[in-house]
Order: sequence, then structure tokens, then C-alpha cells
Amino acid sequence: MLTHLLRLALLTLSLLLPAQIARAQDTAVDIPAQIAAMGEASLKELTQIVVDLASTGDNSVVPVLTALADGNLYADKTSGRVLIQTGSTVTDPLTGETVDLGAEADLSRIRVNNSLRRDISAALAGMTLMSDNPRTRLAAAQGFLAKPDAANLPLLDEAISAETDATVLSAMQTARAVTVLGSEDASVEDKTAAVPQIVAGASRNAITILTGALASAPDPVKPTIQSAISGLEQGRAVWGALQNVWFGVSLGSVLLLAAIGLAITFGVMGVINMAHGEMVMLGAYTTFLTQLVIRQSFPGLLDYSLLIALPVAFLVTGAIGVGIERGIIRWLYGRPLETLLATWGLSLILQQTVRSIFGPTNQMVIAPTWMSGSTDFFGLAITYNRFWIVIFALIVFFMLLLILNRTPLGLQMRAVTQNRRMASAMGIRTPFVDAMTFGLGSGIAGLAGVALTQIDNISPNLGQNYIIDSFMVVVFGGVGNLWGTFVGALTLGIANKFLEPYAGAVLGKILILVLIILFIQRRPRGLFALKGRAIEQ
Amino acid sequence: MNFSRAKSALLAAALAGSLTLPMVPAMAQDDTIKVGILHSLSGTMAISETTLKDTMLFLIEQQNAKGGVLGKKLEPVVVDIASDWPLAAELARQLIEVDDVDVVFGCWTSVCRKSVLPVFEELNSLLFYPVQYEGEESQRNVFYTGASPNQQAIPAVDYLANEEGVERWVLAGTDYVYPQTTNKILEQYLLDKGVAKEDIMINYTPFGHSDWQTIVSDIKAFGSAGKKTAVVSTINGDANVPFYRELGNQGIKAEDIPVVAFSVGEEELSGFDTTPLVGHLAAWNYFMSVDTPENAAFIADWQKFIGSDTRVTNDPMEAHMIGFNLWVKAVEAAGSTEADAVIDSIVGLETPNLTGGVAKMLPNHHITKPVLIGEIQDDGQFFVVWETEDLVPGDAWSDYLPESKMLEADWTAPINCGNYNTETKTCGAAAQ
Repeated sequence: MLTHLLRLALLTLSLLLPAQIARAQDTAVDIPAQIAAMGEASLKELTQIVVDLASTGDNSVVPVLTALADGNLYADKTSGRVLIQTGSTVTDPLTGETVDLGAEADLSRIRVNNSLRRDISAALAGMTLMSDNPRTRLAAAQGFLAKPDAANLPLLDEAISAETDATVLSAMQTARAVTVLGSEDASVEDKTAAVPQIVAGASRNAITILTGALASAPDPVKPTIQSAISGLEQGRAVWGALQNVWFGVSLGSVLLLAAIGLAITFGVMGVINMAHGEMVMLGAYTTFLTQLVIRQSFPGLLDYSLLIALPVAFLVTGAIGVGIERGIIRWLYGRPLETLLATWGLSLILQQTVRSIFGPTNQMVIAPTWMSGSTDFFGLAITYNRFWIVIFALIVFFMLLLILNRTPLGLQMRAVTQNRRMASAMGIRTPFVDAMTFGLGSGIAGLAGVALTQIDNISPNLGQNYIIDSFMVVVFGGVGNLWGTFVGALTLGIANKFLEPYAGAVLGKILILVLIILFIQRRPRGLFALKGRAIEQ
Repeated sequence: MNFSRAKSALLAAALAGSLTLPMVPAMAQDDTIKVGILHSLSGTMAISETTLKDTMLFLIEQQNAKGGVLGKKLEPVVVDIASDWPLAAELARQLIEVDDVDVVFGCWTSVCRKSVLPVFEELNSLLFYPVQYEGEESQRNVFYTGASPNQQAIPAVDYLANEEGVERWVLAGTDYVYPQTTNKILEQYLLDKGVAKEDIMINYTPFGHSDWQTIVSDIKAFGSAGKKTAVVSTINGDANVPFYRELGNQGIKAEDIPVVAFSVGEEELSGFDTTPLVGHLAAWNYFMSVDTPENAAFIADWQKFIGSDTRVTNDPMEAHMIGFNLWVKAVEAAGSTEADAVIDSIVGLETPNLTGGVAKMLPNHHITKPVLIGEIQDDGQFFVVWETEDLVPGDAWSDYLPESKMLEADWTAPINCGNYNTETKTCGAAAQ
């Protein structure tokens, strides 16, 4: 019985197989049928469909493959159709016409994995290399770079001879060079000639590509590759040091942002404010709420939501700061221990309040497009979010200097902190100035919170992670001196980043703490000590 | 959050109500079986553990609706360990001695489990621990319903080596006992497989690390040696978000250097824009996206209980569900909630898991689990790209470490030992 069945199955198979092969040879792949089959396909079948569709060379399958790779391809479970959904519009993958879905439509995404995504980008590269749009051609050339295949060489040659755009041409030539270096048939001369093109064109991936090619290269080419690699590595060592400086500056600017508000409340007013971190946290939550409102009511402004959140966060945290000063701290001036305990208790209250309202999980602030990604600045990799935070920290710092040194409020603040009684005698309302100073410090902490949404979690614990570092920066830089805070933050940031590669992140942090303890032993007043009679009281 | 609290208050009120009614014929104390719930509801671990507390309340409510256990209602006793481990030991003692609970479900971190272990041993009570952990332990009073390294880490590494062709490895972790031990096992496993020492990079960072610039650029440089590179991440908690963000910003795509994580699940990804993460991997024994009728029912009931249709489910929740069901079965089989009786009857019992398989309690107090590898999607869910064909039995002592490969745990007669040395045939001969 069993053998009988088996024989029957084999027979059917043998009847079916030639038909299948014949169809493939005709290259008459039934495109609509293949696309329709995507809805129910398993990962393996999907891979086969992609290969089949790509083998047609028909440009009409480009949208469907692009949509599949980008996760925009959906299957409608009720009608069994495969559709492209971008935003709220649903289109037919072949005709590109808008489809009006019935109410009972049940769209579910067709999911892909990494290896399929690689296959699709390679398949798309071949089809879009001759596209009219230079950006599409560039993407295609990069697709070839990622998955070189000697079979594509004629196609690349043809595209290179027709190319007019310099950037795209360079990318295509690099892709060609990588393909030549990796192919088995290319001559030694061709391969040797390919190496300089890779060095010039593949920027930071050049080492990866060359090291990968080294093992399989024929012996006469090896010295060329080897010397190219060592040349690249020398360059990288130099840029590596500069890269570390940049990382340090960027860490330092985060420290500066977090500490600069404290430099006012602790440094200028002498209040040990343990709730400073929570002001940062509240600034971050204000950003989250602002973005939520913008997303729901003014989606067009989403890219500017961080800029809009800046004044909002400053006002909200500044107002809370004034409230704290009026309600708690003004009763405790001159009693540092009680201030410390009261503000610490306050920090716990604020944390738990936020946790009760928003829940313990992280909240999401979407990064605007101008803060995502990175750029190559010569050999430096500079990420946009860090870059803007460095700029922002500098702006905040110099604005604050300006306020303290060039405005009446700044003058009054300095007068009150240097000699309260004298200032009072001159007719300055010292309680008002105290409240404003504390509000300013808190507001700046709120600004730091806006910036931190781009690099850290927005959770109730956000502030705790920065309070110790902030105090460290202020004490190290010298209490009461903004420039000290500035230099202190950058020094600590850069020192940290130079220690990290050698000592590791954990030990690096410990070493920094030990160094600060030793430093404070030698210079208890920090880097830039204030001098004058008022200090000695 | 508020809703669930109101819910538990309601539940307590309902329980109180059901207690007062039969007060006349029987003593109230005998009418309930008390279940202790030992999780952090504040502090750094609250982000993960609050959900597990709610899961237990949900399971208990469901069981009570079915008539309870042994004809008695279950009564939850919730305590907050506030992410403070010495406090966890004190509260465990209070649960057992003062509140008189019969079983405790709790802990998340390994350090929590290690601190409460002596209490459960001394007072001979039961603890069900729901989170993946580093192994190298088996205790008579503890049931490990999360994954041991051979149910998560080892299969994930195999997947990367076989399916993605990875030859160079970055083992990145937070600096504490779980990542350290797991990485020790993984390093030995990779060396045994013939990976060269210079193809493995190990990196530790402090809890809550937020500045990943240097490490990510190191990973990038390490990955530029011409061999396919992957990151095996045991980074825990809050540090993950900045880590993935930096990866995305420095342009490391999953197609180039995939990251497989052991501590990132649906709960951690909710409240996070996952677009830059698409294609990175996680290894678990359960995903919310698994398409089985059991899972669909579980998710629907859970979302109804919690009052939100956006709440996700995750692996430790499934582990608590399995542990709870196994305990209920063991109590019913033993006819008693006595610790010794339950320990004897629970080994060998089976209960369906949510992925279409069966979880069986093994003599070493670990369970059988499938291993799933999922790719992160841009909706915060995982797409299963690979799974083991069979269920994998949990192994308490790793076979890849020289000091533990001869050790076995077996809590049935005649061995009755958590670290039985199969070479010397003696118990407790752990070669430290």
C-alpha cells in the first residue's frame, strides 16, 4: 500500500517537474500569480519568489520588492490580495492604482528577515542601476557593493559608461573594483588596479573589504592589498585619537548641560539641591508631552517638536523651581544639612509621582530626521544627535554667561550671592532674586532634559544617573565659577573617553573618581577657585 | 497602573466577601491558600517586575474563577522589594513566617534569587523563579521556569554561526553575575567550536550606561576584519535603549552586524521607536507574536484583565504562567500544599506552554522549553525566524565549563542532590 502510494507520488512529481523547468526556462514567470502567492508564503517560499521575480528583469516588480524590503507590503486576509500600504493609502503593487478597501479588510504585514532583505537589495540593485533618478542609481551601486557578484560585471560596465553624475560614478567604480577583486576570473593586473579604487571609494569600509579579500587573493596581488591595508590602518590610528577627542567633547557637553543648572543653584547660591536630577527628568517628560500634543494635533510640526519643547520645558521646570524655592528652600538657607535632606526627599517624591502618573516604563520621544544618522567628516564619524547636543550645550552656556554678566538680573544675582546684606541695603529685593536664580537653574536643568531625550531613556530614574556626575563636575571645576564648570565638564568627558578603550567602561569610571578625589585633596576649591573676602566667611 | 491597583483592591474585597460568608461553618484561615508575590514595584527593576506582579494576580484570579485549588480559594499576598536585595530576604522571611504563604513567585535579577535562597532553604518553602538566568545552580526549594544558558544563549550562538555565517563575536554585557557567567560559558563554547581567541571580544559596562560612543565604534572597528561579525548582548535594563540608538546613529545595520539580545523583550521595546532596530535579534522561549490558539487566548484574557489592549506579553510572563500551572497540578496531585509533598509530586508533571508545546518539570527543577529566535519588527514585535524542532530540557550545570561539566542536579530519590558529581559519585563535590 505504502510503496504504491509512493510510486504514485513520484510519478506525479516526475510529470510535474519538467513542466516547472520548462516554465522557468521560458522566463515566463507569472508575475501577478507570484505576487499573489506572497501573502501565504513561508520565508523559504518568499525567498524563491523574490529570486523568480528578480529573474524576470521586468521593471514592474521593482515597487513590490522595494515595498517588501521596507515592510510596506501587506496581505489582505479577507480577499487574499497583496497590497502596498504607505501611510494611509493602499495601492496595487503592479498597476500602482489606489485601492479602496472594504471595511472587512484585514491587512497583515508580510514579514522579512535579514537574509531576505540582503537578497532583495541585491536583486533591486541589478534592476535599478539604469534608473533615471541618480539617488536610485546610487542605492543600486551600494547594493552591488554589499553583495558583489562577478555575473554583474557587464551590467556595471554598461552603467559606468553611461553615468554622468560624479558621486554615482565613483560608487559604481568602487562596486566594480570590489567585484573584480572578489571574482575568480579577473586577471592579476585588473585586481591590482582595483585596490587603489577601493581605498579611495569605500571610505571606512575599505579595510573590511580588503581584509576580506586578502585571504582569497592570488599571491602577486597580496603585497598590494597588504600595503593598502597598513596605509589605511595608520590613517585610522591618527583619526582614532581625534575620534576619541570628539567622543570626549560630546560626553563633556552632556555633562556640561546636566551640571550647568547645578552650577547656579549649588555654585552660585550654595544650595545643595539633590532634586536637580529630577528637574532634568521633568524636562524630558515635558518634551514627551509636548511631542504627544504635536503628534496628535499638528503632525506637520513633528520635526520641530524638540525646538518647540525647549521654551516649554524651560518655563515648566523654571516655574517648579521657583515653587520649590518659595515653598521649601527659603526656610532652610544657611542650613546645608537640612537642605540636603529636604531636597533629597523631594527628589524621591517627584520620582514616584512621575512613576504613578506615567508608569514605570520608558516613554518615547521620536528623533527628528535632522538628528538621526551620522556623517563622515574626513575620517571622523560624527553622529548628528551628538553634534547638535554639543552645539546646544555651547549656546546654553554662553547665553547663561551673557545673562549673568550683562543683564540687570545677572548683576543682582551676583550682588546677592557675594554679599547678601549689602545688596539688600542697596535696595535689591533679595528674596525675589533668590527665587529667580533658583528658577533659572531649574529651567536650565529642564533644557538639559530636552537634549537628553535624544540619548537616554525617558524614565523616572533619568535624573538619578546624572546627579552624581553633575556634582562631580561642579566641585571639580570650582564652586561658583561657570568657566570652571565648562572646563571641568570637558576635561572629565575627554579623560573618560581616553581611559575607556584601555581600562574598560567600568574601571574607567572608577579611575576618574579616584583621580577626582586625589585632585580635591590637593585643591579643595577645584580648578578655578573664587578669591575674595566674601568667600572666606 | 491605577486600574490594576483598583482591580487588586476589588479582588481583595471580593475575597474578603467570599470569606465572610462561609465564616460560620469553617474557620476563615483554612479556606484560602496564600500565594506570596515577591517583586520590585519601585526602584530600577520596577520597569520589568511590576508586570509580573500583575501577571500573578491575573493567574490567581483565573484559577479562583475555576474554583481555586483543592476546593480552596487562592489569596495573593503582594510585597514590594523595592529593588533592594537584603530587603528581599527579609520580606521573603516575612511572607513565609508571618503571612504563612504556601508558595512564593518572585525575583527577577540573579542577585535577588541568591539573596532569598537561604531563607527558602532554612524555612523549607517554595520559590518559582521566572527569568532566564546563568545556570550553575539547582536548589531543592527553587523551581527555575526561565531559560538556562543551554535554552537561550547556546542555541542563539548556533543560529548566528549556522544561518548568518558569523565568525567573529562580540560578547557585550552589563557588569554583574548573569552576563559574566553566561559570557564565560559562551566563550568556552566558541573556543571549543574552533573560534580563535582573537575573534572574540568581551566587553562589560556598568548598569544604566548611557554613553556608548566608544564601545559602538570599537564594535565597528572589530567588525571590519573581513569576517562576518555579530554582537551577543547580555546588556540589561535601561542601558539597552541608548545602546541601540547609538548603533542606529553610527549606521550599523542589522544586515551588517546583527545584535542578538537575551534581555530585550516586548516589554522593553514598548515605548521605543524600533525603526532603527529592525532586523536585530532576540532569543527567547516565547514571543507575543507566536501564532497559536493558546497564546491568542492568553493575550486576550490578559489584556481584558489589565484593561488595556495595547499591553504586551513577554517571556517571563509565560514562565510565571507555566510555573503557576505546574504548582497547581502538583498541589492537586499531592493533595496538600506542604513543601515536601509538592517537591516530590511536581517532578515529571506537564502543562501546555503558549507556543504549542509542553513544559515538563525535570528532576533538576528546570523545565523543557522551545528556543525561538526572533527579529525585531518596526511595531515592537518579534518575527520568529528560527526555532528548535524539539523542546530543549533545561540544564542546571553547563556542559561547557570544565568545573561544572561533571555535575548534575537530580532532586528525586536516590540521588536527591543539587550538585551531584557523576565522576566521584558524591553529592556536593562542586569543584570551585
